[in-house]
Amino acid sequence: MSGDFLVVLAVALPFVGAGLIWLTDWNANLREATTLTTAGALIWVVLKVLDLVLAGAAPATGAFEIVPGLAIALSVEPLGMLFACVASALWIVNSIYSIGYMRGNKEPRQTIFYVCFALAIASTIGIAFSANLFTLFLFYEVLTLSTYPLVTHKANADAVAGGRVYLMMLLGTSTVLFLPAIVATAFIAGTLDFTPGGILTGKAEGPVIAVLLALYMFGIGKAALMPFHRWLPAAMVAPTPVSALLHAVAVVKAGVFTAMKVVIYIFGIDLLATSGQSTWLIWVAAASLLIGSLVALTKDNLKARLAYSTVSQLAYVVLGAALANAWGMVGGSMHIAMHAVGKITLFFCAGAIYTAAHKTEVSELTGLGRTMPFTFAAFLIGALSIIGLPPFGGLWGKWYLALGALDAGQLTIVAILMISSLLNIAYLLPIPFKAFFGTAPGGPKRGGIKEAPLACLIAIGLTSAACIVLFFYPGPILELLQLIDTGKGALP
Amino acid sequence: MIAAQLPALQIVIPLLGAVLTAMMRRGSWAWAVALAVSWTMPLIAGALLIQVLNSGPISYALGGWNPPWGIEYRIDALNGFVLLLVSLIGAVIMPYARVSVEKEIAPEKQAWFYTMYLLCLCGLLGITITADAFNAFVFLEVSSLSTYALIALGRDRRALLAAYQYLILGTIGATLYVIGVGLLYTMTGTLNMGDIAGRLDAVEDIRPILAALAFLTVGISLKLALFPLHVWLPNAYAYAPSVVTAFLAATATKVAVYLLLRYYFTVFGVTFVFETLPVSTIFLTLSLAAMFGASIVAVFQDDVKRMLAYSSVAQIGYITLGIALANQTGLTGGIVHLFNHALMKGALFLVVGAIFFRIGSVKLDDLAGLGKRMPITMAAFVVAGLSIIGTPGTAGFISKWYLAIGALEQGSWWLVLLLVASSFISIVYIGRVVEVVWFRPVGKMVAGVREPPNSMLIPSLILVAATIYFGFDTTMTAGVADRAAEALLGGNR
Repeated sequence: MSGDFLVVLAVALPFVGAGLIWLTDWNANLREATTLTTAGALIWVVLKVLDLVLAGAAPATGAFEIVPGLAIALSVEPLGMLFACVASALWIVNSIYSIGYMRGNKEPRQTIFYVCFALAIASTIGIAFSANLFTLFLFYEVLTLSTYPLVTHKANADAVAGGRVYLMMLLGTSTVLFLPAIVATAFIAGTLDFTPGGILTGKAEGPVIAVLLALYMFGIGKAALMPFHRWLPAAMVAPTPVSALLHAVAVVKAGVFTAMKVVIYIFGIDLLATSGQSTWLIWVAAASLLIGSLVALTKDNLKARLAYSTVSQLAYVVLGAALANAWGMVGGSMHIAMHAVGKITLFFCAGAIYTAAHKTEVSELTGLGRTMPFTFAAFLIGALSIIGLPPFGGLWGKWYLALGALDAGQLTIVAILMISSLLNIAYLLPIPFKAFFGTAPGGPKRGGIKEAPLACLIAIGLTSAACIVLFFYPGPILELLQLIDTGKGALP
Repeated sequence: MIAAQLPALQIVIPLLGAVLTAMMRRGSWAWAVALAVSWTMPLIAGALLIQVLNSGPISYALGGWNPPWGIEYRIDALNGFVLLLVSLIGAVIMPYARVSVEKEIAPEKQAWFYTMYLLCLCGLLGITITADAFNAFVFLEVSSLSTYALIALGRDRRALLAAYQYLILGTIGATLYVIGVGLLYTMTGTLNMGDIAGRLDAVEDIRPILAALAFLTVGISLKLALFPLHVWLPNAYAYAPSVVTAFLAATATKVAVYLLLRYYFTVFGVTFVFETLPVSTIFLTLSLAAMFGASIVAVFQDDVKRMLAYSSVAQIGYITLGIALANQTGLTGGIVHLFNHALMKGALFLVVGAIFFRIGSVKLDDLAGLGKRMPITMAAFVVAGLSIIGTPGTAGFISKWYLAIGALEQGSWWLVLLLVASSFISIVYIGRVVEVVWFRPVGKMVAGVREPPNSMLIPSLILVAATIYFGFDTTMTAGVADRAAEALLGGNR
């Protein structure tokens, strides 16, 4: 199969899958089988594309021009490839988990849940493979709209209120800030194509760059850069599989991935490095990073704590982009993948705890480790990976980010990264420790082990194992990232 | 042979149809006539537009009297486009009309309804096709008078008041228009638009010409509901029968915009209008006031029809913004929005009509939980709503893109921010409806309802599908609008 066909297939498959899931509404088993088959087919296609990319090809489709300067086109470059791999690999794991979770909790309206989920994945792959900013924006908006029914799935007052914040902030930032930035870019550069080395060099200079960069970075609301992060905690009203895959992986990573793409292929890291117009962003990202961690410390609700942790971790990626050097790019991109695996594990555990023990607050978890040892062991692994300790994959993202900060001469940033890791320890590690070694109020519970449904445990096992595997084998990811063409040859 | 007479047929067929329906008693027979006429119109308009695009403007001498003495029908890319728009909307709405009219209008008045509709269609097409300033006035009155009657047919007693209010303001508008035409006639001695344009240069005393421009601007602006001359519109749209609202929202204001474009660019010329007078500044200010003022008012409406009416006022602001920009890209944006807005607002009002058909109310609170009972209808509402917001992938995005680039070409980057900020307000008012229909528990009014009959559902879905289609394929919309804008700016004078 030719490359361009595979690329179209990758985006089309989950769309078709969504239709099929809707049609198989009448039989729950068949419907779940459809989800799993689609997810399996998707990862197969994505891996085929990966083969091509690793062989040095850049599969691309022709452009469908809507109006002059605006075209819909797909093409694959290494960063998008990495993102597509992460999203599609975790979708299949998450689907297994969803089946256990949704059935275990007897959630209503499961068909529409799986349909929207497939649509969200389809738009995520679309974002990953967009050849220009307009196509990306199109899928970006589809992603917002298709996840709205998932956020409001519970359909109670909280869900509606959360959904309102979610929709307003994401649509608001994208129309009021992101879109004008795109319009201005098209006007200044005459194109919106993602081009190695950027398209603004020689066309924009001085404060114009800083203003455009600000419009992009705050306008890409999915990156949850403070002060536009409120939608993420609000989205936690969704069922946990949604929080796990979409609000720890697909949606938020689509945000930081877009930020990364804009920096590398629209501005060009050279333009940002030489003009110095991205320095302010380093500090904004650093602030978001620290404040997110500090707020996470104060949250007793487990999912809220994880959400603020995500806000903080997303800022790492933006920080990597803002450093505007090769190490920063590698670190940021690496962190997209590593954090995804770690955070989805934590959310899986949170969902498993809710399903098995119906607990949502951190303070209620004391002593629970004895009844759910497997879940809390996995939680510990995920937490250690997020913190960035060996032997867990999370180390690599932070490692390269620190190198990038040193390279940019920003010693303060290195210090901030260290402080943030300490904060991570402070808000994550007490959870498994108290669960294992604390005593539940009213004495230790008896009755042996009571874990979540098997499907949930399989998924948890897979992702926590991946946290460890990625520490020992980060090679393939590095290899892929080194193919990124920044306009001045490959990355180190 | 027939092909040469198409311009006349475009007007004569609906006129004859109106006469025919006036002699009928049975609403269903009249409907059949109206349907036949409405389905013929796009064929003629399409044939005309193709001919124009292939071989340039068509000039047709009515009754064989050559211009400038006789009345000339003249079709170029711009009015060919508007003719097609008006007749397409008519063709889509007519199948929908039958059940809706049976529900909302007393049986003995139904045949009259179709007579008035056909007269209105004839008037709107006439305004668009004619190149004679006074003939345009005649058609303006034909369409206006029939519109007053159509609005007054609304079941709510307030419809009478709304029709009366529109009658007063519409008449003032028409009077101002005819005064303007009179002034032009005094100064140039001709009523043919092309002819007036040719002779204006030779006129030495430009004060009466300026006065004519002012009269025409205000007169036409009343008809197109330019803020703050829009006060008739919300009531008229809210209390008119559903079909009428959909038809008027999609066509009447658009034709008035066309007339304004024709006077500004063909008759007076760009230089005269935009350089001797601060027309650009005035229109810019009023457009922005409409975009924000009317959108904010829309947010606070409890009646969905009224909300959409205010949204229309705001959307007209986008179209006039394109006129204010007066450059190629901006004007293209304005013209293409004329088309796109007709599609999406037509779709929305059709959906609202279908809701009224089922539950007999369009108060927001009465719609609680409707999404669970009429999922397809409400999904259509959401998609058309996204187009109003200007989401990429819908027709609404295309217009706003052109407007934004047009603003940047003029160096007005702040205008881009205002443009998107006003889109944001539309997220709020569309979002309110979405929340009520999907997330409130099913209310009393909604409990037993189901999807509307297919004759209502399918026309709504056709328009909704069109808003998506024209969000991707813009060769017909933006392509033609671009050519029209080029012709307008290229100095037809």
